[in-house]
Amino acid sequence: MTKRSITFYLNGRPVEAYVSPKDTLVDLLRNLDHFGARESCGQGLCGCCTVLVNGTSVSGCLELAELIEGKNLDTIEGLDAGGELSVVQQAFIDAGAFQCGFCTSGFILMVEQLLDENDSPTPDEARDYLSGNLCRCAAYPEILDAVQLAADKRKSLQKEPA
Amino acid sequence: MTTTEVGRSLPRLEARQKVTGHGNYTHNIKLPGMVHAKVFRSTVPHGRILSIDTSDAIALPGVTAVITGQDILKIIPEPYYGPAFHDQPILALDKVRYVGEPVAVVLAEDPRVAAEAAELIFADYEELPAVYDETEAMTSKAIVHDELKPAGTFPDLKHLIGRKDTNIALDFHLKRGDADAAFASAEHVYEHSFQTQQTMHTPFEPLISLAEPGDGRVTIYSASQSPSFARSEVARLLGWPENRVQVKVGHLGGGFGAKLYIKLEALVAALALLVRRPVRLSLSMEEQFYTITKHASTFHIKSAVDKDGRITARKCEVIWNGGAYADIGPRVTQKSGFTATGPYDIESADIDSYALYTNRPPAGALRGFGIPQLVWAYESHTDLIARDLGIDPVEFRRRNILRDGRPHVTGTIMKDAAIDAVLETLAKRMDWDAPFDHGSGTLKRGRGIAIGFKACVSPTTSVASVSVSADGSATLYLSTVDMGQGSDTAMSQIVAEVLAIRTEDVRVINPDTDITPYDMATLGSRSTFHMGNAVRKAAEHAREQLLEMAEKVGLPKKNTLNVPEIFRHAYGMQAGTVIGVGTYIPTYASPDKDGLSDNVTPFWMIGGTGVEVEVDTETGQIKLLKMVNAADMGNPLNPRIVETQLSGAAIMQLGFTVSEEMILDGGQVTNASLADYKIPGIRDIPPHIENHIVEAYTHDGPFGAKGVGESATFGVSPAVAEAIHDACGVRLTKLPMTAEVLYKALHGEQE
Ligand code: FES
Ligand code: FES
Repeated sequence: MTKRSITFYLNGRPVEAYVSPKDTLVDLLRNLDHFGARESCGQGLCGCCTVLVNGTSVSGCLELAELIEGKNLDTIEGLDAGGELSVVQQAFIDAGAFQCGFCTSGFILMVEQLLDENDSPTPDEARDYLSGNLCRCAAYPEILDAVQLAADKRKSLQKEPA
Repeated sequence: MTTTEVGRSLPRLEARQKVTGHGNYTHNIKLPGMVHAKVFRSTVPHGRILSIDTSDAIALPGVTAVITGQDILKIIPEPYYGPAFHDQPILALDKVRYVGEPVAVVLAEDPRVAAEAAELIFADYEELPAVYDETEAMTSKAIVHDELKPAGTFPDLKHLIGRKDTNIALDFHLKRGDADAAFASAEHVYEHSFQTQQTMHTPFEPLISLAEPGDGRVTIYSASQSPSFARSEVARLLGWPENRVQVKVGHLGGGFGAKLYIKLEALVAALALLVRRPVRLSLSMEEQFYTITKHASTFHIKSAVDKDGRITARKCEVIWNGGAYADIGPRVTQKSGFTATGPYDIESADIDSYALYTNRPPAGALRGFGIPQLVWAYESHTDLIARDLGIDPVEFRRRNILRDGRPHVTGTIMKDAAIDAVLETLAKRMDWDAPFDHGSGTLKRGRGIAIGFKACVSPTTSVASVSVSADGSATLYLSTVDMGQGSDTAMSQIVAEVLAIRTEDVRVINPDTDITPYDMATLGSRSTFHMGNAVRKAAEHAREQLLEMAEKVGLPKKNTLNVPEIFRHAYGMQAGTVIGVGTYIPTYASPDKDGLSDNVTPFWMIGGTGVEVEVDTETGQIKLLKMVNAADMGNPLNPRIVETQLSGAAIMQLGFTVSEEMILDGGQVTNASLADYKIPGIRDIPPHIENHIVEAYTHDGPFGAKGVGESATFGVSPAVAEAIHDACGVRLTKLPMTAEVLYKALHGEQE
């Protein structure tokens, strides 16, 4: 299979990579040693492979790598830029919102996106928003706790600008 | 005892890695020169292999090799593996025994080329009659294995060697007292049958193993729950000493019993040695359904009850559908089978428990080691008896409950088993004695409580070592696998407690059989107790040495160690290492010919669940309004992690209760995908969940702790069945209890 070169922005940095026509975003990221988005169901059902393309969440297992040409690809690895965890990442730790952690990248990226859109989601809104992600360890109650924690923390940070 | 590190609810030590995408999973591993494997699988449920045509696959550009069972024979003359029976071939040889069984493997540098080539393989079979149902398999003419092949190393399996013309891999019997006499004179006799379905663990990190051939050795990287077993089994197959097989395990993306014993390890090792290149085999979600599952089962249960509502005798016949290969099924049959009478004080009992071969994908251990199947039946039965007698179900349980100091049916005297406390906690938290609103119109409400218990697989060994550095930090070497249950953290808490350092100053070396000592496996909630004790001993051994050192150099003998100071005085600078080693194996007495033993388990796990449901009688929809889980956790090492284990286990079991079921058509699983095999999502969890840790010090446990991973699965299914019954008067006796099933039951349609 012939590979071709594409360029795009990975977590804000320009990258050049060689991709085959059938490579998915997960394949592409693996080749670049980014393992945070991972394939589980391979069918767009679990969200373990969640990444952001131009700021919108997609299932990396279904998106063709070639189509990322010229676009922004953001992954879990970009969240703690500068070595500091994001509010949502910290909330996941504080709430104990994972066990094995295999689904965690996807959930965190979705919660980031949720809170960007809605700074005070009700538990029902959070459930609806996150219903495209699955967790076999069933850390769901703790994930909902983390949403609450992160929402509160984000709001309190907004009130007292640094 | 007051502790500072034990009992602390600190986050998992690897939490930061997991929220930044840097989790240490086997999936991340790439080896130089590695080729990818794709398995070609059987399309028939039972057949003799006539031919395998691999010519088109080999001819595909980019294919490195195509390997069949015949090729495996070149390096492994007896390629049959398994923890109890050596019945499973690395690749099918003469016969295939289920749809999805591995028949050949394609290797290629590009995984897509391997997949494409696998589709070009053609196998021809002479089809044989197949059997799928466990009850039919008892008497069927379709025989899955021509001859039984128990591993010769187990004395209790020796009598099965060479047995022919049967699908019964193992039968276990327990006989206590005179059940027949009790039935003959009983006031009431009740008899029911219950069934469970075949399900799958679906760990989100699908099964994966890699192997790297070396100079007279092989290294296996695997998402395995049992690195020590994988090493010894692969060494046995190759005829090599164990020290030439290395098994390394990172963190697991879930296991739940799917990643035990040998799954892909023997195959990748053989492939790597045959082609002399590193090989990676990563299964898809679909392929996991063809690899290991949870036993379907049929349970016939019969009880004799006296006029005071006391159960005087119980007969249990349990038939386990083990699928085509035994895996750990025979052990489930025995080690869980003897608890089939439930956590009740019953004078006389007969238990017959059978492990059956069928032409389904193999079944093994799944969160509970068979216990949820048993509890489903005996607790449903308990509720039906209470209903008939007109006794409140909690009260009926109270009258019969097995208390500490009383003998279990095996003869083992109960100890540190807070069964009554779990029941009372549930009753209290469910507000059981308050009036309950049963709803109105087509929305009916009901509630149920169920409890169960489990013995720990025994006897098993754990070994750990702790190395203390001169700066006072410690490194813990152990082969316990952290698959999300938090063992790395809990074990580090034990080390920290003993050495009087902070848990954060302990580093865990993940399983690497070249470095980390033996452990039987991470299964059956055994690690906290067994490995926990080994770790405690190892840390204490290190501590003793440190105290001796302190004494020698004339430091004051204090209870609180100042480790850096001791090293500095002993070596004149920050230098030296102290290594502590600990081994733990509990005492145990094998059951006699009647299945009786006075020491059948090192500890009991006890769990229960109460639920409230709402049933839409028009549609059969079942909605869980409330779920209360309680479990005897001993003295929890990390209460927060323990609590998430409780709700995680209960929600998983909820999936097995109301939605999950592998559907087979002619032996072919037709819903091997998360699209059609419905696991619980975030919208399926009850709006109200409570988890209660019933603290009850376990005397032989490390700091009083015991295993926690499975206890909250026990009561879920029967509690939901009782709640449905309470709501709408319909009793379901088969899992899963879907809306469709309930609709049919409510509206009088037969399935
Ligand atoms: S792996 Fe992409 S959604 Fe499941
Ligand atoms: S934490 Fe294991 S799948 Fe979500």
